[in-house]
Amino acid sequence: MIPATFEYRRADSLDDALAALAEGDGSAKVIAGGMSLLPLMKLRLATPGTLIDIGRLSELKGVRQLDDGRLAIGALTTYAELLDSPARHYGLLRDALPHIGDVQVRNRGTIGGAIAHSDPASDLPACLLALDAELVARSAGGGEREIPMDGFIEGAFSTDLRPEELLTEIRLPGPREDAGSAYASLQNPASGYAMVGVAAIVFDVTTAGIGSASVAITGVSDAPYRATAVEAALAGSDGSPASVAAAAEHATDGQTVNADIHADRDYRTAMAVIYTRRAIQAALARLA
Amino acid sequence: MTDVLEAPSTDMLGKRVKRTEDPRFITGEGRYLDDIKLQSMTHMAILRSPYAHANIRSIDTSAAATMPGVIAVFTGADIPYNPLPMAWPAGGSAGIQNNINTPRTLATDSVKWTGEGVAAVVCETEAQAVDALEAIVVDWEPLPTVVDAEKATQPGAPQLHENAPNNVVFVWTVGDKAGTDAAIDGAEVVVRQRIVNQRLIPNSIETRGDIGWYNPGTDEYTVWMSSQTPHIQRLLLTAFVTGIPEHKVRCISPDIGGAFGSRIYCYADMALCMFASKAIGGRPVKWVEGRRESYQSTTHGRDHITYLEIAGKRDGEVTGLRVKTYANLGGRLSTIAPGVPTTLYGRVLSGCYKIPNVHAEVTGVYTNTTFVDAYRGAGRPEATYVVERAMDLFAAEIGMDRAEIRRRNFIAPDQFPYDNPSGLGVASGGAKIYIDSGNYEPALDKGLEMAGYANLDATKAEAKARGKLLGLGLSTYIEVCGVAPSKWIGAVGEGWGAAMWESANIKVHLTGKVVVTVGTQPQGQGHETTYAQIIGHEFGIPMEDVVIQHSDTQGTPFGYGTYGSRTSSVGHTAAVKAADKIKEKARRYAAHMLEASPEDIEIDGAEYRVKGSPDRKKTFQEIAFALDLAFDVPEGMEPYLDETAYYDTPNCTWPFGTHIAIVEIDEETGVVDLVRYVAVDDVGKKINPMIVDGQLHGGITQGIGQALWEGAIYGDDGQLLTGSMLDYALPKASFLPNFELAETVTPSPVNPLGVKGVGEAGCIASTAAVASAVIDALGPLGIRHLDMPYTANKVWSAMQSAKGGQA
Repeated sequence: MIPATFEYRRADSLDDALAALAEGDGSAKVIAGGMSLLPLMKLRLATPGTLIDIGRLSELKGVRQLDDGRLAIGALTTYAELLDSPARHYGLLRDALPHIGDVQVRNRGTIGGAIAHSDPASDLPACLLALDAELVARSAGGGEREIPMDGFIEGAFSTDLRPEELLTEIRLPGPREDAGSAYASLQNPASGYAMVGVAAIVFDVTTAGIGSASVAITGVSDAPYRATAVEAALAGSDGSPASVAAAAEHATDGQTVNADIHADRDYRTAMAVIYTRRAIQAALARLA
Repeated sequence: MTDVLEAPSTDMLGKRVKRTEDPRFITGEGRYLDDIKLQSMTHMAILRSPYAHANIRSIDTSAAATMPGVIAVFTGADIPYNPLPMAWPAGGSAGIQNNINTPRTLATDSVKWTGEGVAAVVCETEAQAVDALEAIVVDWEPLPTVVDAEKATQPGAPQLHENAPNNVVFVWTVGDKAGTDAAIDGAEVVVRQRIVNQRLIPNSIETRGDIGWYNPGTDEYTVWMSSQTPHIQRLLLTAFVTGIPEHKVRCISPDIGGAFGSRIYCYADMALCMFASKAIGGRPVKWVEGRRESYQSTTHGRDHITYLEIAGKRDGEVTGLRVKTYANLGGRLSTIAPGVPTTLYGRVLSGCYKIPNVHAEVTGVYTNTTFVDAYRGAGRPEATYVVERAMDLFAAEIGMDRAEIRRRNFIAPDQFPYDNPSGLGVASGGAKIYIDSGNYEPALDKGLEMAGYANLDATKAEAKARGKLLGLGLSTYIEVCGVAPSKWIGAVGEGWGAAMWESANIKVHLTGKVVVTVGTQPQGQGHETTYAQIIGHEFGIPMEDVVIQHSDTQGTPFGYGTYGSRTSSVGHTAAVKAADKIKEKARRYAAHMLEASPEDIEIDGAEYRVKGSPDRKKTFQEIAFALDLAFDVPEGMEPYLDETAYYDTPNCTWPFGTHIAIVEIDEETGVVDLVRYVAVDDVGKKINPMIVDGQLHGGITQGIGQALWEGAIYGDDGQLLTGSMLDYALPKASFLPNFELAETVTPSPVNPLGVKGVGEAGCIASTAAVASAVIDALGPLGIRHLDMPYTANKVWSAMQSAKGGQA
C-alpha cells in the first residue's frame, strides 16, 4: 500500500499548473482531493511520473452564478461544498451528493476530480449528463475550451480531456421552475458505487403530461449514458405511471450491460428499468 | 441503559462502568504494533504468490539485492526452520488419520494459494521494501486449481498434496450412526437440504504485524506480535518451528485492534521476522500487513458445504439429525484448523434441542484458497446455522409454527445436567462434559413478545401493501464458552495438545495499589476494566487503585490467551482465586496485628475486623503497608502480598438465548432491509452490562454481515475476486437498525462469579436468525431455502425463478 516513486509539484497558480501540464511528457497526473487517484497509486494500479497538485488554487473553488443564469462550479469544489451551495436547487444533486463516498470523501473529493477521473460507476457524471452540463478545460497555449458533458466521457476512466488540459469549471444550466429532477441508485454494499444509478429530469410538466425529459444512467455499462430511447418515449407522454413504466423499459436500449460478482447482466438490466422508473416518478413528484 | 458510570470509587462489580482503556483508544494514544519504532529498525515486505497453485522452478533475487536500501533478500531455501505446527488434529490422537500439511516460513517448492509467501526483502524503509519486491523474479510452473471443497474430493480433481489423496485432510464422525440411520429410515417425515455456510474474511480494523529483534549480546529474541496468544506463540515458535529454547524468546502483544480468532495462530511472518533479525546481525525487523495482503495471508472463516437430514413426527417431535459436511480448510492447515469443524461444530449440532439421534460426518478438505481457521464463534455459528435451518425446514414441512416446534424440542429445565446426544459427554474421556444449565422458554417467550410475533400476519400484510415481503426469523441458540476444561479439550480422542487453564498474579504494593498480571490477552474486549471491577470488588478498594497488566510473556504468568469467550469464565475466575489467596493472607496478618485468631477476623470490603469488636480493625491498605515493611511478621509468614492462582474450570459454560430478526424485501429489486433485531440473551451474571451490550452489538453485526452481505468469492483459477473492501461487503452502521436487547439471567453454576461469556454469542445466533427471516419472507413464493449471503441480486434471481415456476 505504498505508491511507486513519483515527482511532486505543487501548482501555485492556474498558469503554473497549466505550464506544468504543458511541460510534461504525458505521464503527469493532476491531483486535487486525491480520493480516487491516491488509492489507485497505493495499489500501484496508477503510477504517474509526476503529480501536479492543484489543491490550493483558490480560483478553482466555489460556485457562482453567471450573467446568463447558469451556475459555474469551480473544479475544486468539494461534494460537501456543492451540497451547501446554490446547486442544492437541483433535486437530483440533493439526492445524489449525500450518498457519495463517506464524510471524509465528501469533504475532500472534488467535482472536477470526479469528472476527470470518470469512474464508470460514479454518481456525479450521470447527474451532470442529465443536466446537460458543460465543462471548461484550459491549457497553456490553447486557452479555453467548452465541452458538452454528453460525449466528454469516452469510456471507463477515459475522457475527451487532452493531456495538456486542465478541467477548471463545470457549468450547469440555470434553474427552471418547470423542471423536476431526481436521482435514484442501487448501491453496491461493499464500495457504495452505483450498480445502477439514474438521474432524471422532467421539463414542461403540465396536466397534459411531460413536455420533455432528460435521463442519464451510470453503473450499467462502460460509461454513463443518456437513455435517449427513454427520453423519446417520455417526451409528450401523459406522465401516467403506466407511461413512465413503459418508457423506463427502454433504459438499456443499445447498451452493453455489465456483469460482475455483485450484479449479473439480467439483474442489472432489470434494475436499470426499475430505477429509471423510480427516478422519473421521483422527479415528477418534486413538481407536484 | 442509562446510569453509565464514570468509574467512581464504590463497588463497581456488575455496573455499567465506562471502559478505562477507551480514552487512549479513541484519542489516538493507543500503542499498536505499527506505532512501535525501535532504534535501527528495518522493514520487511513479503513477496506473495500470484498463482493459486504452482511449482516454483527458481527464484532470482539478484536484481532485488542491488535495489536501494536493500539489506537482505530471503527465500525459503535460506531458512532452516520446521514447517509451522498443527496443534489440533481432528479426533486428537484417537487414531483418526490426519493428512497434515502446514505452511513453511517461506514456501520452498510450491504454492497452494494466491498469497502464500515465497520471498522476503528487508530494507531501510517500507517503501524500499515494496519497490524491491517488484525486482524479484520467480519462474513459476502453474498447476490446475480447485477452490470448492466438495469438488476437490471428486475423482479427477487437481491434487494439492501427495500425502492427502483426493485432497482429504481427515474424515471425522461423531454420534450414533446406526441409531441415527434407523431414526431417519423409520421416520414419519424426513427433510433434506444442501446448505452452504460461505467463507468469510475477518476484518480487524488493525491488520496484523510483527517485529522481530535478535539481541546478539544476550542471544535472546523479542517478538512483538499482534496476537491473541503471545504465550502460546512463544511455545510454538520455539519448541516446534525454530528450535530456539523457549526461555530465549520473549513475546509481546501490544494494543490490538480486533482479532475475532484470526490472531490465535502461529503465522509464518512471526518466524520470518525472528530469522531475518538474526540474519542481518540483530537490527529489529518490522513487518506490517497491508489490507489486501491481509485478505490473502490471514486466516479466513467458515466455508462449509453441508447435507442435512432432519427426521421426526408430524406432531413436531424431532427424532434424528444426520449431517454430512465438507469443511474447506484452504491450501495448507492453520494452527487449529481441523478442531473447528469437528469438536467445536459436530459436538454441538443439536443445539438446545433434545434430539435423541445425531450423527455427523465431517470431511476436512484442501483447496487452492487461503487457509481457514476459527473465526468468531468457530464451529458454533456453523452448527447453529445447520440446526436452526433444519428446524425451520422441518416446521415448514409439517406445517407447524416455528416457535412451537422449538418449544416442543427444547431441553427442559429439569433435564439438566444434560448429556448432549451428538457426543459431547461421550467425547470427554473421563471428564464429564454436559450442558449444565439452561431455561430456554422464557427467553423465547420474551423475544416473541418484544417482536410482536402474535401480530405477525398483520405486520406482513401491512408491508405487502407497500411492496415489501416481510419476514420474521428465529434463532434459539446455545453457546459453549471456555474451550475448557483442560482434561476435556486435551483428552485422548478429542483435542489439541495443550491445556486450557488460566492464570493471574496479584501484587499489593506498600501504598495499597494493586497490580494484577494475567495470562489472557485483550484485543478490544475491555479486560482492563472488567478485571479491575472484579479485583476492586474483592478487596473493597476503588477500581482506580487496580492496574491490569497483560500481553507480555516477560512479566505475566503463562496463559492460553483470549478466544472462545473464555476470559470471563476462566481468566476472571483465576483472578478471583488469586484474590482469595491475598485475602486469606491478609486475614492471617490482620489477626497478628490485632492479636486475634484468624478465624475471628471478618472481612467487610477493605476492613478486616475482629468479630464482636468492630472498633478493632485494620484496613486492607494498612495490612499491605505493614506486611510490605515486614518489621513485624509472625513466624512462618512471608512478607508482602503477592499471590498467583491457576484455574482450570470444571466445565464449559452455556449461554443461550433467542434472537429474532425482521426483514423487508423489496419485491421489485430483491434488496433486503433488516428493519428490526430483537435479542434476548442469557449470559449469566454480568461483570459490566455495558461491555456485554457492546460484545452483543458487535457479534450480532458480524452475524448479520454473513447473512446479508459478506462472502469471499474465488474464481475457478483461485484468484480472490473479493480482494478488498471495494468488493467484500462489510456491514456498515447505516445498514442496521437499533438492536433491541433484553436478558434472562441464569447464573452459571461452575464458577464463583456465575458468569458464562459473551464474546461470540451475538454472531452465533444472528446469522441463523436473519436467514430464517429472509426465507420466511420468501416463503409465499414457494422458496424454502436459499444460500447466503442474501444479496439483492441473489434474492431477485430466486424470486424470478420462483415466479417463473409458478407461471
